[in-house]
Amino acid sequence: MIVSRRWLEALLGRALEAEETARLLTMRCAAVDAVIGIHQDLGGVLVARVTEVRRHPNADRLSLCVVDAGSARGSALEVVCGAPNVAAGRLYPFAPVGASLPGIGTLERRKIRGVESNGMLCSAKDLGLGDDHAGILELDTTAAPGTRLLDAVPLEDHQIVIDVGANRPDLLCHKGVARELAAALAGGTGGTGTAVRLPEIPGGSDNGTAARSSRPTTRQSDGVVDGVQVRLEDPEGAPRYMIAVIRGVRVGKSPRWLADRLASIGQRSINNIVDATNYILFEINQPLHAFDLAKLRGPAVVVRRARPGEKIVTLDGVERSLTADMTAICDAERPTIIAGVMGSAESEVSDRTTDLVLECAYFQPTRIRRTRRAVGLDSPSSYRFERGIDMLGMPDALRRAVDLICAVAGGTMREPPIDLWPEPVQARSVFLRPERVTQLLGIPVERSEIERHLSSVGFVAAPKDGRMAVHVPGWRPDVTAEVDLVEEVARLKGYDAFPDELRPYRPGTVPDARLERVKDYLRRALAAAGMLEARTMPLGGPDGPEAIAITNPLSAEDTHLPSRLLPGLTKRVEHNWSRRTRDIRLFEIATVFTRETGNGKRETSFVAEEIHVAGVVTGARSPLHWTAKVPDIDLWDLKYHFELAVTAAAPSCNVQPATAGAGVGWEAVQSGTGEVRGRAGPLRADAPVWAAPLFGFEIVVESAARPVPVYRPLPQTPSVERDIALVLPPGVTAASVEAVLRRVSREAVVEGDGRGRAEGGEGGAGGAGGVGGAGGGAPVEILERLVVFDEYRGPGLAPGERSVAWHCSFRDPTRTLREAEVDRVLTAALKALEGELGVRRRES
Amino acid sequence: MRDLLAALAQVRERLQEISTADARRLQELRTELLGRKAGTLTDILKALPTLDAARRKQVGGEANALKRELENALDARAAELSRAPVTAGEDLTMPSRAAWRGGLHVVTQVVDEICAIFHELGFTRAVGPEVETERYNFFALNFPKDHPALDAQDSFYLGPDVLLRTHTSPVQVRTLERYRPPVRVVIPGRVFRRDPFDPSHSPVFEQIEGLAVDEGITFVDLKATLTAFARRFFAADTKVRFRPSYFPFTEPSAEMDVACRICGGAGCPTCKQTGWMEILGAGMVHPAVLSNVDIDSERYTGYAWGMGPARIAMTRHGIPDIRLLYESDVRFLEQFTDADGAR
Repeated sequence: MIVSRRWLEALLGRALEAEETARLLTMRCAAVDAVIGIHQDLGGVLVARVTEVRRHPNADRLSLCVVDAGSARGSALEVVCGAPNVAAGRLYPFAPVGASLPGIGTLERRKIRGVESNGMLCSAKDLGLGDDHAGILELDTTAAPGTRLLDAVPLEDHQIVIDVGANRPDLLCHKGVARELAAALAGGTGGTGTAVRLPEIPGGSDNGTAARSSRPTTRQSDGVVDGVQVRLEDPEGAPRYMIAVIRGVRVGKSPRWLADRLASIGQRSINNIVDATNYILFEINQPLHAFDLAKLRGPAVVVRRARPGEKIVTLDGVERSLTADMTAICDAERPTIIAGVMGSAESEVSDRTTDLVLECAYFQPTRIRRTRRAVGLDSPSSYRFERGIDMLGMPDALRRAVDLICAVAGGTMREPPIDLWPEPVQARSVFLRPERVTQLLGIPVERSEIERHLSSVGFVAAPKDGRMAVHVPGWRPDVTAEVDLVEEVARLKGYDAFPDELRPYRPGTVPDARLERVKDYLRRALAAAGMLEARTMPLGGPDGPEAIAITNPLSAEDTHLPSRLLPGLTKRVEHNWSRRTRDIRLFEIATVFTRETGNGKRETSFVAEEIHVAGVVTGARSPLHWTAKVPDIDLWDLKYHFELAVTAAAPSCNVQPATAGAGVGWEAVQSGTGEVRGRAGPLRADAPVWAAPLFGFEIVVESAARPVPVYRPLPQTPSVERDIALVLPPGVTAASVEAVLRRVSREAVVEGDGRGRAEGGEGGAGGAGGVGGAGGGAPVEILERLVVFDEYRGPGLAPGERSVAWHCSFRDPTRTLREAEVDRVLTAALKALEGELGVRRRES
Repeated sequence: MRDLLAALAQVRERLQEISTADARRLQELRTELLGRKAGTLTDILKALPTLDAARRKQVGGEANALKRELENALDARAAELSRAPVTAGEDLTMPSRAAWRGGLHVVTQVVDEICAIFHELGFTRAVGPEVETERYNFFALNFPKDHPALDAQDSFYLGPDVLLRTHTSPVQVRTLERYRPPVRVVIPGRVFRRDPFDPSHSPVFEQIEGLAVDEGITFVDLKATLTAFARRFFAADTKVRFRPSYFPFTEPSAEMDVACRICGGAGCPTCKQTGWMEILGAGMVHPAVLSNVDIDSERYTGYAWGMGPARIAMTRHGIPDIRLLYESDVRFLEQFTDADGAR
């Protein structure tokens, strides 16, 4: 909402300082987004009198004027002027040398056709006051020459741009803003120094005398006013409906003051009738609709629900279909107006209009909202109806509108307006307990202070059974409950009046969300591994059959929610590639959405949400360094990142090679269920030739806690180290070899009666009995560490065979192992490996 | 015998010399002290058999201990010398050998920092679903049906009545349904608005909601808590102001501004010449919201607030366009890997 400082001044009868006004409104009422100076750039322009007009010696169309610009500037300045209308003895705006003009800049002394000009006499256009460039602007002022133009003529102004909340329709007009400003200026002192009074209408007379003899409100829903039949058939859509008939108007240009008022808030002048209704809209927030009586069949005005399929060509020339959810204003035959939204081209006031039907209505807000959205039409009127106008203020508003129209367009109202209000409502009354004010606001507020604040913006408070009964003015539809009044007290007192000292509090009952902690840990783990966290837009095309579609997408591209994170991250990699970045390591933790198959309990049960973590890696394994060539990230780097993420995100899962058909890569398989909860492998992407291979992983994040690590005593005994190189036949995996090595070394100890000697065990014989069997102790893991340190294929081995070398550390934490014992374990292990897997020791 | 002990003491004094010897001198010392033929200590050990059993044991023990000590000292010094810079000719301006540095997204860092400050003020973290029903997203939060207040919350729908949450506020309702007061939670999360991308708007962005409900909570507590937050997050002398606002689910409603971080309050393009930057919206929980979750609004009161960490991150780090946050350009992300430690 844009308000004019000058307009507010007219309502308050006092001068205002724009910045201070903005501050007061912001701190007490609604935020001011901007203060825009209007014509503030004319500070250098003076009022000057042309005392003599001579012919320019060298040009027929120019004149040479002698200008009196006041004693300070010079009372006989020679100025060259090209305007045909310049006349001696008249006052004009004059820009002396050194003054600046909008769009022209600072004036310099210069010669025009050989004669020096000491400034410039200005047209309206030169001053930015309009398009009129035909001649210089004659001033109608009594100011002495030399007076600043801005001091002589009411031109300068400020637009104050207010961010009005959806709850405050009263602030959508100057009167409402002035009311708040008056309260803020009084500062809760109860002072009545500033009151809001509607300014006199210039040229207003008793043309509309009938308006003053208001006819009593009827509970009827039809009647006749000055020959026009008015019928209210849809009181739900239009609870109160008033019509005035004004005859004999002359449609034409608005008077200057009216056009200026509207221009000050950025509204274009159209004609005196439209301007008058707009003025009332912005002054007191009552939307009005004026239509041409001559075009009204009947003549009748019928307010009813539209019939499905009825059509109307609105003012903008578009034919629109109506539905039964809309209220239509019709004449005897057809709809002429979509109530509260827009009128028809046909019924519009034109230059030839002489008799007006003036509608002043209250339309039901939600009805207007739905209609406005359905037809896609926004107007200042619908905006206000949607938020709720002052139903109780309608007669005053209509009276002022009639006065204004009669003043600016002539015409008379022969009969008082008709007021159809089948179910009149009274001002709402809301109870307020002073102690509730204190309970919510935290500091005691005296009853008298409460009353003062409330009455400063139009509430009327009266004591009632220890409480206060507060009458809510009609312009405040937002105030319906006690707490609304508490807010009024708080804001009118000023939020800055409340202390801000911390006080003790009771700790809450809500535990920290475990999921947040898991996400935090996961983020830090991946960041520590050199990955950068990304946040991608979860909107795009469908990424699989399970993708959830958006019913009302913003664009044809962003139609679905992601069911996986990797496609989005892959796009981000491609984006980085397009920026010539080769080394990319991104991860993201975010929600994905899939179609729910089971029967969820939530109302949104067809959508399942899961938190996923995904990562993509490509490029050099580490930053380049001059000491050695840095290899690119490969599958084994990916496996590390995947294992790291699985440990953090899905502790219930183990990393296993992907099952046949899934391609090269790994899966996170949940122990127990066998469910695959994550995958890792190479990714396909639109890669430039210089890009390195791209790998990625994605895992479902579990919110379950990871097991708490339990201390294992640090070994006090020495270890025995052995390296063994084994030849693995085709199809035998390192994992299966390691399993045998571990099993045999465990059995060896158990068979040796727990602690004593490590006898050479028979492969597998009696192994199962070992667990929990011997002597009550758990089997001692003497094979402490098993690390692959080499793999070899090639000469010396059969095709398909490979040699893998392990470094093994053996240790018994309870005693010193003897070399011979370890040798016996290895011998047994080799025997088992050979027997079970066909693995043999590699001869060096 | 006395001579031998004195000789041992003399040898012991040579230990100090070892610790400063250079490579050549070290070799000499080794020969001089432990040399097989004429080493000083070797000579002492050779003399042992001439002593009687008791003395032999005393002197022998001491001599052998000293021998081990000398050997250790010689070895340690040798190792030390071998570790020293190989030559003086190395160009030390050559770059180091680095590892990749990862990092958290700048928005994550701001979210974490904000949540950490509120954690100290007694707020635990809560979360909720991103897909919501109209009831949770609007009506339980006291949004009237068909009201213009819904205009600022233009939503993506997935089905009739099912939408992507437009704010984190539905988690207020979910939390209050599940837990009884006292409740003190912060709720970080992603929210969705049907706004096209432009430099300052994104259809998806982060929000942090906060909620405190208990007996005796007042507007003063709201102001105090949020002021304490602002002074902690920005600077201890940060100027803060509260002004009226409107949210259907709070009353009284407020917005909190801090003095512009760029111009210090004088007015600049960043603060649209106002001298203030809007940081969060807040208010006392509307009694209707409490009643909707069967909490006695006469007995319990509360406050709530919401803020946009993406916007705050942009202000703090001078990021001009919100799209940079979601583009995942590595060159952008890498700029903020250290931001966490900058404070």
